[in-house]
Amino acid sequence: MSAPVFKMLTANRLRDGDVLYRKGGGWVLTLAEADLYADAPAAEAALAQAEAELAQNIVVAPYLFDVRQEDGAVRPVKEREIIRAAGPTVRPDTGKQATA
Amino acid sequence: MNAPFPAPVAPNMYRYDEFDARFVSERVEQFAGQVARRLKGELTEDQFKPLRLMNGLYLQLHAYMLRVAVPYGTLSSKQIRKLAHIARTYDKGFGHFTTRQNLQFNWIKLVDVPAILRELAEVEMHCIQTSGNCVRNVTADQFAGATPEEIEDPRPLAEIIRQWSSLHPEFVFLARKFKIAVGATPHDRAALQFHDMAVEVVRNAEGRTGYKVLAGGGMGRTPYIAHVMSEFVEREDILAYLEAVLRVYNQDSRRDNIHKQRIKILINAIGPEEMRRRVDREFQELKRMGTLQLPREELDRITAYFAPPAFETGLPDTLPEAGPDFANWTRTNVHPHRAPGYAIATITLKTIGQVPGDCSAEQLDVIADIMDEFSLGEVRVTHEQNLVLPHVRKKDLPAIFAKLQELDFAAPNAGLITDIIACPGLDYCDLANARSIPVAQAIARKFADLDRQHEIGELKIKISGCINACGHHHAGHIGILGVDKKGVEFYQLLLGGSGAEDASIGEIMGPGFGEHDIADAVERVVGVYLAQRRPEERFLDTYRRIGMAPFKQAAFQKEAA
Amino acid sequence: MKLLKHGAWAQDTFTPVADDAALPRFQKDREALLERNTPLGVRLQSHENPELLGDDVNRLSLVALEFPKFRDGRAFSWARLLRTRLGFTGEIRAVGDFLYDQINYQRRVGFDAWEVPDRFTLEDFQRALTEMTNVYQPSTDGRKTIRELRAGI
Repeated sequence: MSAPVFKMLTANRLRDGDVLYRKGGGWVLTLAEADLYADAPAAEAALAQAEAELAQNIVVAPYLFDVRQEDGAVRPVKEREIIRAAGPTVRPDTGKQATA
Repeated sequence: MNAPFPAPVAPNMYRYDEFDARFVSERVEQFAGQVARRLKGELTEDQFKPLRLMNGLYLQLHAYMLRVAVPYGTLSSKQIRKLAHIARTYDKGFGHFTTRQNLQFNWIKLVDVPAILRELAEVEMHCIQTSGNCVRNVTADQFAGATPEEIEDPRPLAEIIRQWSSLHPEFVFLARKFKIAVGATPHDRAALQFHDMAVEVVRNAEGRTGYKVLAGGGMGRTPYIAHVMSEFVEREDILAYLEAVLRVYNQDSRRDNIHKQRIKILINAIGPEEMRRRVDREFQELKRMGTLQLPREELDRITAYFAPPAFETGLPDTLPEAGPDFANWTRTNVHPHRAPGYAIATITLKTIGQVPGDCSAEQLDVIADIMDEFSLGEVRVTHEQNLVLPHVRKKDLPAIFAKLQELDFAAPNAGLITDIIACPGLDYCDLANARSIPVAQAIARKFADLDRQHEIGELKIKISGCINACGHHHAGHIGILGVDKKGVEFYQLLLGGSGAEDASIGEIMGPGFGEHDIADAVERVVGVYLAQRRPEERFLDTYRRIGMAPFKQAAFQKEAA
Repeated sequence: MKLLKHGAWAQDTFTPVADDAALPRFQKDREALLERNTPLGVRLQSHENPELLGDDVNRLSLVALEFPKFRDGRAFSWARLLRTRLGFTGEIRAVGDFLYDQINYQRRVGFDAWEVPDRFTLEDFQRALTEMTNVYQPSTDGRKTIRELRAGI
């Protein structure tokens, strides 16, 4: 039986391209610190709010993605989001994984 | 302690005059203004995106990526040092050479881009039109100006095309990207037939030099081999002819489905004969108007920039003896040069286990020194993600090899199975479905044994992490396409593609392989070749003779325990 | 929206009337429309080649070329075609979704009027035209190219 699936919200910071994750009314750099949305309405509401805030020119391209909670840790379902959260697998000395 | 630096050498290549310099610096300020407007919110992202793309700036998986134009793959040592400086100062200390002879920086901040562009402008470089729906970097044979095979150096024409296409007012909002390549040799090292448009320098029956024009080639979702638009265009007519092709494309291409908007789709839809008819109509009119005629003086003036360097004479014309490692390297990485006593040396950025095409800032600086000391200040980028020192004295080859060994760029594998092309893939790219670099590394490690590599011979593996085919997998003798199969990385094999003058599109084998099987599958495919080949047959030749079936059968058989 | 023509604000003397301005209507009723003694304009969509106007093109005072989305750059070729092959000397007006950054290119290929949002200023217009001093390639505007400037032509 697979772990339950939640949603999270990510975007890139406009000025420097950093990958960000939604927490409350703001954004954090680390996926582990970000908000989980337990159901579709909560996730859609968060996305709508982020899209409404695009006019503030802080972030670009917000979107939702799936994660699972496994052994107390949050792990994205798709490989793309795992790599996006950590950094290039071929350069472990770069990206968020290097400063973790 | 290093020996004293050689003085920077200025190679024979195009040099900006005040007009070129002003053009680039005004373009930088224009983009700086656009960045400021974006940050203030006067431009939305939707409005800003085409503007930043036309200045080479992508938003990728982890950060912004900036693609620097390297016109026809030619760089001076001064430019290489500046790229190293930018990598160190604004990025994470490295750059990536691409399948269009450009250089990419992966970790760029938007707010730094105006400063980066100003620095590039100092060394006559820019990022203009390296992305976007416009004419992209014009590429050419990496051996141009050095190979004895060419009718003439293709780069003067490439430079003329570059200038003509720069911010061409009619063609900056095309239906899709438009890639042009120029060639001048019977052996095609620039993959002309897979370009949107290609120009080949040819001689007609009367011995007059002119240009053969091809159009409608492409990779991507639906690969096509280009059709001949004209067997012979006179020198003075070439810009009028190219403009005619672009005009028909801009007017007649679809705009309703992003996957059907390249010129290859248009030509396939209307047929090459109808395309030629439409192009010819525009061309005849442009020729009559006369404004695009290319005067001989202008062609000669640009050609003079690329004049062959003053080669030394009386040099020894034999390859030196310098041990077995050096001998292995010269077997694959050294090619004949037009001038006696000289050679063309390839630096494969494909050391076993490295990221294909990546180069650190430190390595770039040493390469600049090697260029100044041994290659008349010049290097070329190849579309196979390698570098070429175009003009080296044969007697200097051992010293060059020794320096490359120190750099860890001495892999003796140009054109062999471990000389793999791989796009950045899912490790970097927002568009990717699967990683390509680890697959390249796994295959390289599997085939690392040099004797085995030579036993296999010429085998071009090309890996793309998605259908956009930036790794040119359709043109690989073995092509690998990464796909997303229910959230898991999966790889399809294609066989029998070629980007050379014998162009062909790879055939898809069928169901794919998982991340941990793909290198083994490649090994089984290679095994069939080794078992079935006739003397002198490359992998590609054997495939063309015996077809897919034996390879497919072997690929899907696991090894017996 | 405002009309910018020849570098200054202008009164729009044309009143587009629903489908009156469109090519299909023009093609259907051309006799009647041309018989009116008033200046006539046609609005073309981005997929409509001005050659469809046939010989009537020079009886028109205005051709409005639509940009349905700024990415659709067909109208750059249509404007050029109007000025060259068709010899059109009337007003070529850019309408629809285009960026300020495209105005310079539009002018080079033969546009001489722009329908712009109210917030657009003449300073914006001047800036758009002067950000790049020189051009590499010839176009409809007849500007000297860098090659000609180099050669002192």
